[in-house]
Amino acid sequence: MLQYLLRRAGQALVVLVGAAILVFALIHLVPGDPVRVALGTRFDPEAYEALRRASGLDLPLHEQLVRYLSRAAVGDLGVSFRSSQSVFELLMERLPATISLGGAALVVGLLIAFPLGILSAIRRGSAIDHVARIGSQVGISVPDFWLAILFILLFAGALRILPPSGYVPLSEDPLEWLRHVIMPALTVGLISGSIMTRFIRSSTLEANDQDFARTARAKGLHESTVLRDHVLRNAMVPIITVAGIQLASLLAGVIVVEVVFAWPGLGRLTYDAVLARDYPVIQGAVLLVAAIFLFANLIVDALYAIIDPRIRVR
Amino acid sequence: MSALFELVDFGVQIGTRRGTAHIVNGVDWRVQAGETLAIVGESGSGKSMSVLAATGLVPSPPARFSGQALFRERDLLTMEDRERRRVRGRHIGFVFQEPMTSLNPLLTIGRQMTEAPRQHLDMPSGEARDKAADLLNLVGIPEAAQRLDAYPHQLSGGMRQRVMIAMALMCDPEVLIADEPTTALDVTTQAQILDLVTRLQSQFGMAVVWITHDLGVVADFADQVAVMYAGRIVELAPTSALYRTPGHPYTRGLLDARPRLGETEAELATIPGVPPDPRRLPPGCSFWPRCPYREDPRCETEVPPLREVAPGHLVRSFYSITQRAPRDQEA
Amino acid sequence: MTSASPVEPMERSLEAQEPPEEGTRWALLAAIFESPVTVLAVVIIAIVLFMAVAGELVAPYGANEINVMNQLQPPNLTHLFGTDELGRDVFSRVIIAARVSVQVSLVSVALALVMGVSIGLLSGYFGRWVDIVGMRSMDVIFSFPVMLLALAIVAMLGPGLVPAMIAIGVVYTPYFARITRASVLSVREETYIRAARSIGASDARILRLHVLPNVMAPIIVQTSLSLAFAILTEAALSFLGLGVQPPQPSWGRMLFDGRGFITEAWWMAVFPGLAIFLTVLALNLIGDAMRDALDPRQRSAIEARAGNL
Repeated sequence: MLQYLLRRAGQALVVLVGAAILVFALIHLVPGDPVRVALGTRFDPEAYEALRRASGLDLPLHEQLVRYLSRAAVGDLGVSFRSSQSVFELLMERLPATISLGGAALVVGLLIAFPLGILSAIRRGSAIDHVARIGSQVGISVPDFWLAILFILLFAGALRILPPSGYVPLSEDPLEWLRHVIMPALTVGLISGSIMTRFIRSSTLEANDQDFARTARAKGLHESTVLRDHVLRNAMVPIITVAGIQLASLLAGVIVVEVVFAWPGLGRLTYDAVLARDYPVIQGAVLLVAAIFLFANLIVDALYAIIDPRIRVR
Repeated sequence: MSALFELVDFGVQIGTRRGTAHIVNGVDWRVQAGETLAIVGESGSGKSMSVLAATGLVPSPPARFSGQALFRERDLLTMEDRERRRVRGRHIGFVFQEPMTSLNPLLTIGRQMTEAPRQHLDMPSGEARDKAADLLNLVGIPEAAQRLDAYPHQLSGGMRQRVMIAMALMCDPEVLIADEPTTALDVTTQAQILDLVTRLQSQFGMAVVWITHDLGVVADFADQVAVMYAGRIVELAPTSALYRTPGHPYTRGLLDARPRLGETEAELATIPGVPPDPRRLPPGCSFWPRCPYREDPRCETEVPPLREVAPGHLVRSFYSITQRAPRDQEA
Repeated sequence: MTSASPVEPMERSLEAQEPPEEGTRWALLAAIFESPVTVLAVVIIAIVLFMAVAGELVAPYGANEINVMNQLQPPNLTHLFGTDELGRDVFSRVIIAARVSVQVSLVSVALALVMGVSIGLLSGYFGRWVDIVGMRSMDVIFSFPVMLLALAIVAMLGPGLVPAMIAIGVVYTPYFARITRASVLSVREETYIRAARSIGASDARILRLHVLPNVMAPIIVQTSLSLAFAILTEAALSFLGLGVQPPQPSWGRMLFDGRGFITEAWWMAVFPGLAIFLTVLALNLIGDAMRDALDPRQRSAIEARAGNL
């Protein structure tokens, strides 16, 4: 099993380096001069030169790549064009907000998806099956920014029971945090939950159709035993993958929702950086997200190996 | 004398988008303890479906059933789910076709084998494990006790099939149903498995229902053979009678099609055409479109009844070809 | 003992000679017309296409017909969806804005399809290092959430119609690549491919004539689903101000504008959003219906190819 995990970690590292190179290329594929574009109206020859040198853009390309990669490996992601703050610091500042929103959204999503997905699979054609299928269809088709606006209109506008935007850290005031996180978490959670519902349903249906489920029923076991020990246990394997990817997505920052609710997370940071052409921040955020994604994938692989003995032996 | 397990006028229908499919039609057979019934037919003949549906393994909507499936004179079809499950688990053992996928890949062999007796017989787990190890030994798996903690993917196909057989015997069933158990195995392993089941049958005195598409496999081992075509039994006879004096053109066709050592004819005989769509069965005999004999005008428009052409030998036909150029049977 | 059933070898040899599933594309089409819900979805898409092509002809007002005196009017008989802050008719703008969504989604998905299917075909058919390089680069793209990557590309190229198309196209390429590759892998070892190779057909010919037609069905399904998500992504980019720029109207942009007036004029944001929602829902329903038609598990025992009962 260790061998398997090491191998997967190695692959992930390769992909991460590839992502880093892509991210590095970002700044060089900008048509025109990125520093000039970033300075925009604040252009002045001295600032321009200083910024160019500080970002190493005066060095030859391959040297820049090496510089970038070696620094990124130790966590030095450069300095913001806009605020001269360390990119790494900026990212770390914003991470907690994103994580708390992502966590809350994941909880909402799972609470919806597991019961609906499983029940809809084992009671095909029933009322709950129809609700789950229609609901999840709607859930994946609805634009998140529109849903957010609808929620704001309802809860902050008409009912006035929730604040329309803003953030209070969980550590500071849990109740206020909750009041602020409900709408964004619901927005993201409903959509994410819809995706997972569909997947859990199809995964359970597939496991239920397998030969070993038939063998279990042939043995006359209670239906609950068949479902628990045979069907769901096997269905879990792909489900965990999807849940893991969802979590990674959520942790990586849900840009649009953070913007609508003025939630100070990674997503909003990235968005502001894009507007300001603050390339080092954009690069740093993208790289961090790729790293989170790959890490989440590794965790999923580890879980996979724990649950499925066939993987372990390889 | 009442049978241990019998089907009476059993039928299975499934509604599809393009009409109702009659997968199984008016099937009657019975087995006693210690007897082996072979059900032979090609894909789509309803041979597996009839047995699976009779024992409650086919979900009832969308399928509909007619007739009776009697285990010790109690109709499985009209029982409550819970009771049917109990009867099935406790008294009937199953061995399926695909040993690769018929075992749960995530649970150990021991866990899968002891599930049923612990539930149906209230057997304590230690005792169940011992029994499992004994049965694994009996079916010829070396180092039985260690294997209990192994996972299915760690065994070969032949060994997995043996495990399935041992697992089927855990509750001392009175009927063993084997649905194409050797189809997915190589010829040598096939022979071993057949041998094993024969031995186990004489040891435990079970009734065995062996479903297969291969007439050759059961020649030595079955007491009776039922040949199915398009959901109906077209011939039911003691084994030797079936092979030596087949009464139905389809059976005849199947037997003639076997290539035999020493033959020097250029082409293999085949039955031209394909079986009918279960949603659109012909009004008369289902085999009529492909039948080379067609000796009775009623064949086309009426479904022939099963007639007894010799003691214990039933043929679904208006005429009988048992007296035609008999072929000697070779195993 | 030898096998005695004459029919099975005959069936198997017939199957081996023909490429399978010639009817699958028609099955997909048939699936759409089976349920009233999906027929409705097709109607919705037809309406959206019509609006995209002939929007100006049908809309009661112009897209940029400014009339500040009429600003921020709620829905009424003269303005079905109300007016925005510049007095423009929201209903007309919604109709005309369909064009952008249709344009961007079609072009970007076409881009993703061409690139993705090519990579998938080559990876799946040739294998080994072609496969490794192809799939690892897809993995790199996959390691970013869709919106983030789109955002980054737009950051590079600047906001606008074309950058949005490119961004979405790049982001969706891996989906097509993976699906194509998976189909190719399952088809590659079929007998008829070996037969073609044995008579000396070139790889290109095999790919074009034998492999591609048989992987079409999953690609068609993926196209429908990708179109849906492309519309969502384009709308999101526009909502963030990074997609199509004014004066060209787009649904996402209308929501961006509407957000500033959410307390006074809810109709500015609600109706364009509804348009996006219905269009995407329709595409998803169609895609789902087609996918159900493909999935062998869904077919009844009768229709399954080698039905063994």
